[in-house]
Amino acid sequence: MNTIKKETQSDIEELLPWHAAGTLSRRDTQRVEEALASDPELARRYELVREEFGETILLNETLGAPSAHAMEKLFAKIDAEPARKQVTSFNLSTRVAEFFASLSPRTLAWSAGAAAIAILLQAGLIASIVVKEKSEGGFETASAPSTDPGVGAFTLIRFAPQASSDDITKFLEANRLQVAAGPMPGGLYKVRVAVTGLPKGEIARIVKKLQEDKVVGFIATSE
Amino acid sequence: MQTTSDEVLIARIAGGDRLAMQVLFARHHVRVYRFVLRLVRNEATAEDLISDVFLDVWRQAGKFEGRSAVSTWMLSIARFKALSALRRKPEQELDEETAEQIEDHADNPEVALAKKDKAAVLRQALSKLSAEHREIVDLVYYHEKSVEEVAGIVGIPEATVKTRMFYARKKLSEILKEQGIDRGWP
Repeated sequence: MNTIKKETQSDIEELLPWHAAGTLSRRDTQRVEEALASDPELARRYELVREEFGETILLNETLGAPSAHAMEKLFAKIDAEPARKQVTSFNLSTRVAEFFASLSPRTLAWSAGAAAIAILLQAGLIASIVVKEKSEGGFETASAPSTDPGVGAFTLIRFAPQASSDDITKFLEANRLQVAAGPMPGGLYKVRVAVTGLPKGEIARIVKKLQEDKVVGFIATSE
Repeated sequence: MQTTSDEVLIARIAGGDRLAMQVLFARHHVRVYRFVLRLVRNEATAEDLISDVFLDVWRQAGKFEGRSAVSTWMLSIARFKALSALRRKPEQELDEETAEQIEDHADNPEVALAKKDKAAVLRQALSKLSAEHREIVDLVYYHEKSVEEVAGIVGIPEATVKTRMFYARKKLSEILKEQGIDRGWP
């Protein structure tokens, strides 16, 4: 029992530097905080770690910076490089982020205006799709065709006009979502919420949760 | 104000966007320089190396897959460049530079102790760690890299990252003890 406790203490002690830097996972942070609260000797050692942390930052900050010539040298080397071909091998979230970043503020403003008009039309369209699904037990939409190769559980999302590309990228990553198709007319995206099919109740629960995020302008279930 | 993410900059750099390269350079070159400088301990060499590091970023941007943060990827490139430069340099030259560097950045231990400046002695001790130990301490404390990220940059298993950091800190305590500061650990 004591051996196990010692091993755990040693394991926790090894994590102290990362705890000081704030780079531990939530689970490990909780483990360390609980151990610190109950072990005064560990708490004392943590203070040593915090001293090292502070002085390492100070030491590095005194190292100065490179001269302005560094950038000149770099671009002289870049100029000497052969002309490059366009490369398109980026992951989807980067492409989504790049797409939004490429829009000028004026374009975004016009898009927001157009989206406002489209919202009413699409809300009606999607609502009718949902009603139809309930009454007939199955459907095929124009905006989310059943021929989509993806399998799993899907939703249709239109992002809030004020959401930035970073917000959307973070939202997709935080909720482990994948954009399966889009943008469709009206700025709708077909978004996969699970890799396997889910019961309707479960999808409804996910939709309700995602709806609370400020990034989401509109969301509905999809097949 | 919205800032463009590093990932977006890399995507633009892959397409040959020089302005994106300037932004990325402005955002990261000081930290990359300091990381390299702590390894090679020569300012001129470090400055030469960072242009090489960012040239590699320019060349390799199209291959970046976003599996790690851009800053982590750049530190991996920087580390490789720094170690290659160290391998090319004669041992004696490095030792002389090391001594100069220590003199440059902190008071000597006696002076620092006389000033009762424990923090200065600690910084002095940090400068005296081996390259391997300095590297891991900087990555964890200054560059704020997680266990997983350090493992990726240094190319060692995560368990080894934790034990190497532990032994670096232990060595730090030993150096401090030699300078007259007993931390009561380990």
